[in-house]
Amino acid sequence: MPAKLTLFEKVWNAHLVAQPAGRSPILYIDLHLLHEVTSPQAFDGLRAAGRKVRQPARAVATVDHNVPTDPRGTPITDLIAAKQISALEANCKEFGIRLFDTNSPEQGIVHVIGPELGLTQPGMTIVCGDSHTSTHGAFGALAFGIGTSEVEHVLATQCLAQQKPQTMKIDIRGRLAEGVSAKDLALGIIGQIGTDGATGHVIEYTGDAVRALSMEGRMTLCNMSIEAGARAGMVAPDETTLAYVRNRRFAPRDAEWEKTVAHWRSLPSDTGAEFDKVVEMDAAQLSPFVTWGTNPGMVAPVTGRVPEPNGMKDSDRRAFELALQYMGLEPGKLIEEIGIDRVFIGSCTNSRIEDLRAAARVAKGHRVNSKVRAMVVPGSQTVKKAAEQEGLHRIFREAGFEWRESGCSMCLGMNPDILQPGERCASTSNRNFEGRQGRGGRTHLVSPMMAAAAAIAGHFTDIRNWKFQ
Amino acid sequence: MKPFTVHRGGVAPLDRVNVDTDQIIPKQFLKRIEKTGFGQFLFYDWRFGPEGKKNSDFVLDQPHYGGATILVAGKNFGCGSSREHAVWALADFGFRAVISSSFADIFANNSAKNGFLTVRLSDNEISQLMRHAAESGYELTIDLEQCEVRDDHGFRAKFPIDEFVRHCLLNGLDDIGLTLQHESEIADYEARHPLPAALDFNP
Ligand code: SF4
Repeated sequence: MPAKLTLFEKVWNAHLVAQPAGRSPILYIDLHLLHEVTSPQAFDGLRAAGRKVRQPARAVATVDHNVPTDPRGTPITDLIAAKQISALEANCKEFGIRLFDTNSPEQGIVHVIGPELGLTQPGMTIVCGDSHTSTHGAFGALAFGIGTSEVEHVLATQCLAQQKPQTMKIDIRGRLAEGVSAKDLALGIIGQIGTDGATGHVIEYTGDAVRALSMEGRMTLCNMSIEAGARAGMVAPDETTLAYVRNRRFAPRDAEWEKTVAHWRSLPSDTGAEFDKVVEMDAAQLSPFVTWGTNPGMVAPVTGRVPEPNGMKDSDRRAFELALQYMGLEPGKLIEEIGIDRVFIGSCTNSRIEDLRAAARVAKGHRVNSKVRAMVVPGSQTVKKAAEQEGLHRIFREAGFEWRESGCSMCLGMNPDILQPGERCASTSNRNFEGRQGRGGRTHLVSPMMAAAAAIAGHFTDIRNWKFQ
Repeated sequence: MKPFTVHRGGVAPLDRVNVDTDQIIPKQFLKRIEKTGFGQFLFYDWRFGPEGKKNSDFVLDQPHYGGATILVAGKNFGCGSSREHAVWALADFGFRAVISSSFADIFANNSAKNGFLTVRLSDNEISQLMRHAAESGYELTIDLEQCEVRDDHGFRAKFPIDEFVRHCLLNGLDDIGLTLQHESEIADYEARHPLPAALDFNP
């Protein structure tokens, strides 16, 4: 009887090029995504060694981290950022790599445009010099972030030497309640297993709650796998996946489609396949979450309080105290009583059309609180256009939200969108590290609905009690 | 790549857990297109005030730890973004290794590619080293040949490391070169898995 394999093992095995004795296996990479921040030194390395790009057509580049979200055509005032963007343009030209540049109608955050263009497909190996490459695992691809040396490695060889990670299954029973989103599921998981709970592992998310998620929701979930320390997150492809990929620009067509789909259908983990670790959760236990600290594992239900340090280990207590000091919060404070100054709806976690629809549904007919500045940054130009066709931008603008151009924006604040010291932000992004959104800025991670509601209330509020108009 | 065999040096204790790469090198310094010159920005938000004035309280700026080449830190070091700039900054500042009870995967990978060692010891051993670091003239030896960390006063601990990573570090091997030795296997794989038509691109 053939061995029972997991989804991860099937994809891994199918991409093994060589297994040299005493060395890491060499894995073939189907798709390499590039952006301006982590690639310039890799191209320099190639030039210095006199190497070529082995498969330029398997690399696709865009600009996202640095691009301003002001109307396109406004000159980039940050000269060093402009230099990095033009370095990518020059490198793509020199090595023959497809680039979706600042003015492209398909520009956007690399993890938004990959799926949207149909580049991301089940069963692929996908890498990018960015930790949130895990997003693409939502399609049943093995997708993981790499550093700049590895970017150079893939450019030169289309392969990577990789130690085989371990496997972890996170099985979510039941159904998410109304108002509890994929983001809350991700935060709930990290809150339970910790920010290093999945280090060294590739997670496969299974269970009814995951099956019921849209592709956007699965992407949000897989996106934050890295926040649990995982190498990658995956969801087995199913009809939802196929319906999403079908007819996209780079998707297979006609006879090719039929053949490829047959292969995709063989990818789900075999019944009885074994994982190194298994975690089980009940979707019914989850509520909308808000992070209160300086890592994504420091999370509480919106109806809860900032925890008390009672019974913590010394090292945990110290981290806890530093976090609260930075965040300007006291133990025991009710989450719903935390007031905010800024709201950011965007990032590769939550800037897709479905996220914007959810936020707009909350914002409709309301006004952003007078002490709050709120912005919406679509993940890509394609998302922006779709949202405008549906009139979402009008709902946001009428409610007092800024409607901006696509990019990473205030997720990491490399462009001019940043928090001022002490400002408190409800953000749909993925990291609440100290200074992530601007030095001294205080980030609380939430879902798009929770962020929109906080913008209007001026403080966190339970979306399950919202008065939709 | 500079080989790593045996290294002896001073130790700086960074008594924090989950030190993330945003902390190691904040994003405003990621715009450089070179690999050099990141050391001055290491732990920038902790070491410098908002106006760029040095905050001398920070451990790396205390005279006692000046010139330290080994950093000891709490668990889950290097979590967060994939920025290799974090390793470049640590190395450029003068560090050759970080000792912690656990490392984020991408950070550990990036380190190995730069001849920079990540050493895993137990929480208990980490706390011992944090205490010892404060002693005057304290030095540690990291011996990659023996996979061992030791001092002159009886501290001795073995650490685990992937055999291949160790081999590359000891010999300063460029692993792109190693992969290219498999040219025929790569070509063979590519012959069996041709480029999908949709991806074909002729600039
Ligand atoms: S949106 Fe944020 S997390 Fe995502 S790729 Fe951009 S900077 Fe990274």
